Amino acid sequence: MDISSREIKIIQTSTQLTFSDIVGAWKARWGINRMNYKVEPGLYSVGSPASNSPVMVTANYKMSFDMLRKELIGLDAWILVLDTKGINVWCAAGKGTFGTKELLNRIAIVQLEKVVSHRTVIVPQLGAPGISAHEVLKYSGFKVLYGPVKAKDIKEFINSGMKASTEMRTVRFNTYDRLVLTPVELVSTFKVSLIIFGILFLLNLIGVGPFGLIDFYAYMGAVIVGCVLTPVLLPWIPGRAFAWKGWLVGFIWAVIVNVFNGWPEAPQYSLLRALGYLLILPSVSAFFAMNFTGSSTFTSFSGVLKEMRIAVPAIIISIFLGIVLILVNSFIKL
Amino acid sequence: MKNRYLKNVSTLKLKTDKCTGCGKCIEVCPHNVFVLNDGKTHIVDKDRCMECGACVKNCPFNAIEVKPGVGCAYAIIMGWLTGTEPSCDCSDNSSGGCC
Repeated sequence: MDISSREIKIIQTSTQLTFSDIVGAWKARWGINRMNYKVEPGLYSVGSPASNSPVMVTANYKMSFDMLRKELIGLDAWILVLDTKGINVWCAAGKGTFGTKELLNRIAIVQLEKVVSHRTVIVPQLGAPGISAHEVLKYSGFKVLYGPVKAKDIKEFINSGMKASTEMRTVRFNTYDRLVLTPVELVSTFKVSLIIFGILFLLNLIGVGPFGLIDFYAYMGAVIVGCVLTPVLLPWIPGRAFAWKGWLVGFIWAVIVNVFNGWPEAPQYSLLRALGYLLILPSVSAFFAMNFTGSSTFTSFSGVLKEMRIAVPAIIISIFLGIVLILVNSFIKL
Repeated sequence: MKNRYLKNVSTLKLKTDKCTGCGKCIEVCPHNVFVLNDGKTHIVDKDRCMECGACVKNCPFNAIEVKPGVGCAYAIIMGWLTGTEPSCDCSDNSSGGCC
């Protein structure tokens, strides 16, 4: 009697993305429903795979899953989706949810050894921080082959006999890669920006001010410098620390704001306020640029810590002094 | 243009005596930090290392050491504020563009 006759569940999927898949990805890029954009973990099939077809492992973030399957046109393959709580492969590997244990569990749950005759799984290379290939082999008998960094190279990888070139193994961070990450940076600042506008509004009400259009666009410009402009121009801005790069572009922005308002020939506002902008705006940009380290593909923990030890106190002091100057300026006028 | 980050910060260490030259680290490193030379791995450019820990996890001979961590300012701030180790767990609230 077969005591382990658990049903093998295989979900058929397609290499064609639908309109709603594309809208879903776009929404996730803008931070809408991004943390709940998931597919069911398990074993999927594309085309009509046989027992000798390759098995590709991915995360259950729907964008990761979609990016992989759309590259598999014309292939017959299995996709093993790990439960990474809706997080992409690289980030989940860093957390350990895309990890040795989950891979071993998932192989056992879907009974992969009954579905395929070979003993190889292709794991995206960026999953490697979470996976110990030699341990997976030891406990499951499955050999982990690290595939290319990008799903778009997967066909070439398979066609070249499961060999990834150095090119395929290297993670890049080109202008487009950086640009697609900026909307979510921008959206995440809305809450804090609304709080700041609220405080300025209250200050206006109690007669300390007036804060108006200039403050609004000066601040919004500094946010856009930190969240969009600095990330996009990243490699061309001199220096290495992200906070420094953001500060530099933010400083240029602050000078532009002051010059635009007549400095130094016919100033629209006092020297105190102009200095206040020079202290606050670059620091705001520096802070948001520094946060982009989390989205980048080449910053190390030790490096970010090092830059933060200098940048965070400098940003706090600079913004504090700037606020003092602007408030003093407002009180003088009262 | 190449993206380069701070110099001389990575905690990456290679114990050459334990290295057998299997090349696993070269395979998993996303920034080409290692090369194979004379049957052993060598670090060619430590400043390219982002401390992801893939090499450590995949070295069958424990020849590599690195303090793995997230290169994310938001995670470090949250770690400071909550008194915990910085981790990528900004997922619970939607702030931060990282994971």
